[in-house]
Amino acid sequence: MTGVIIAGAAETDELGKLPGHSTLNLHIEGALNALADAGLTTRDVDGVATVANPGPVQVAHALGITPTWLDGTGVGGTSFLLHVRHAVAAIKAGHAKTILITHGESGRSRVGAGGFRMNLSSPPGQFEAPYGTLGPTTTFTIPALRYMKDYGLTHEQLAYVAVAQRKWAARNPRAMFREEITVEDVLASRMVAYPFHLLECCLVTDGGGALVVTAADRAGDFPKPPVHVLGTGEASETPMISQMTDFTESQAFRLAGQSAFAEAGITTADVDHLMIYDAFAHVPIYGLEALGFVKKGEAGPFIADGNTEPGGSLPLNTNGGGLSYTHTGMYGMFAIQEGVRQIRGEAPAQAGEPAISVVLGNGGMFATSGVLVLGRQPR
Amino acid sequence: MPASKPVPAKPVPVPTPETQPFYDGCAAGELRIQRCTACARPYFYPRPVCPHCGSARVEWFTASGDATLYSYVINHRPAPGFEAEAPYAIAVVELAEGPRMMTSIAGLPHTPEALELDMPLRVRFEQRGDVTIPVFGPAPSGADSAGAAA
Repeated sequence: MTGVIIAGAAETDELGKLPGHSTLNLHIEGALNALADAGLTTRDVDGVATVANPGPVQVAHALGITPTWLDGTGVGGTSFLLHVRHAVAAIKAGHAKTILITHGESGRSRVGAGGFRMNLSSPPGQFEAPYGTLGPTTTFTIPALRYMKDYGLTHEQLAYVAVAQRKWAARNPRAMFREEITVEDVLASRMVAYPFHLLECCLVTDGGGALVVTAADRAGDFPKPPVHVLGTGEASETPMISQMTDFTESQAFRLAGQSAFAEAGITTADVDHLMIYDAFAHVPIYGLEALGFVKKGEAGPFIADGNTEPGGSLPLNTNGGGLSYTHTGMYGMFAIQEGVRQIRGEAPAQAGEPAISVVLGNGGMFATSGVLVLGRQPR
Repeated sequence: MPASKPVPAKPVPVPTPETQPFYDGCAAGELRIQRCTACARPYFYPRPVCPHCGSARVEWFTASGDATLYSYVINHRPAPGFEAEAPYAIAVVELAEGPRMMTSIAGLPHTPEALELDMPLRVRFEQRGDVTIPVFGPAPSGADSAGAAA
């Protein structure tokens, strides 16, 4: 255990298409909702973490907070998991007492969001962009064919990842896509980047959320049951998908997972609920194997056999995931939120009474990873 | 074509001092990459330190240009400048020397049937603005690659 809890957690009132909200406003709304969830106000916060843009200085200032601890770690969609890990260290060191971690992204409407501009003198700009890459659909997806050839993953098994997650989304009124789908539906959807069809790619939405993190000795001071941060991990592998060490496995996932499981003192057998960042359908497959839930090559059949869907032995991505629930661009905050809801027993598609939930985040294209082990009790 | 509708250009890489020898090689029709003189291992992308052992004692050499197809996607949503080619393959090849690089496929249909993983490929060069970049096409059949390259 780390001696740190998540005392407040909430998302923006709405997710989806929100042209009336800027990126900054989504941060603010998420922050106020999370503080209310913890029974706190902005006056109680002494530390702020988020990614640029807008970054922790802007978010703190907009909220009228003058923080004495800051974390602007911005390593893609997993950044918020790293913020939790860094907040644990800060609280243990006495550098901060109550840390607010925010996410907001006008990923779909692009209100106040700025643009993307590739620096053509950077390594990715020189050695990938000239070949026609255009964001995650053209890069995050490239390892999949190698995995499919080496481990026999079929197109149908890949498609089933989206089918299984839609079953969870069907039980979640806040999910953007809720109608159940079949493998045939997935394979008949528009090709985006072979072998990936539209329904194997995440949504693009607007939304936000925030967390309030503090010391476990204050666990009784808040309206909601505490969610204990039992273990954390972080790692990076590569800034360019072409330079990923082995296209059939994520080193970053594995290293972050090992660190988090070791700190929590758990094995996969202790895990009741799992969130794996799913920008594309192959990512949960890589995540299940990197965390050691199944052996190399077994994750596709494991999901296709129903183990991760409602009623299965390992509930996975129970909000519907990035494929069906929401995906603003930096999805990690939403994966944490669902882990918190499941531990508290307040998820729309509640998966029993999990004592331990593991959240695996991805940043960039297998570039970075953060892992959190969350628990109902301190260990 | 209406003059008011400019055609987007494909991205032209901007060399840095560390990467210029790579582009000089491409312009001369050679795939020049680096290797470490301490641990002898080749690597890509260009940088002044060996990623395998951390040594700064590195040198440039001319790679064979032989490679195999490691993985790819066939992209249906073209990047600016690639509209006329969609759907097009974005590939990663493994050089005979070991390092991998992203590339385009030349001289083959961009279909799953035509692009088999591990198929042999051979470097070619494409002019892109004021620089030359490597792309890969089918390896010459029959004669060994050294002879075929002559």
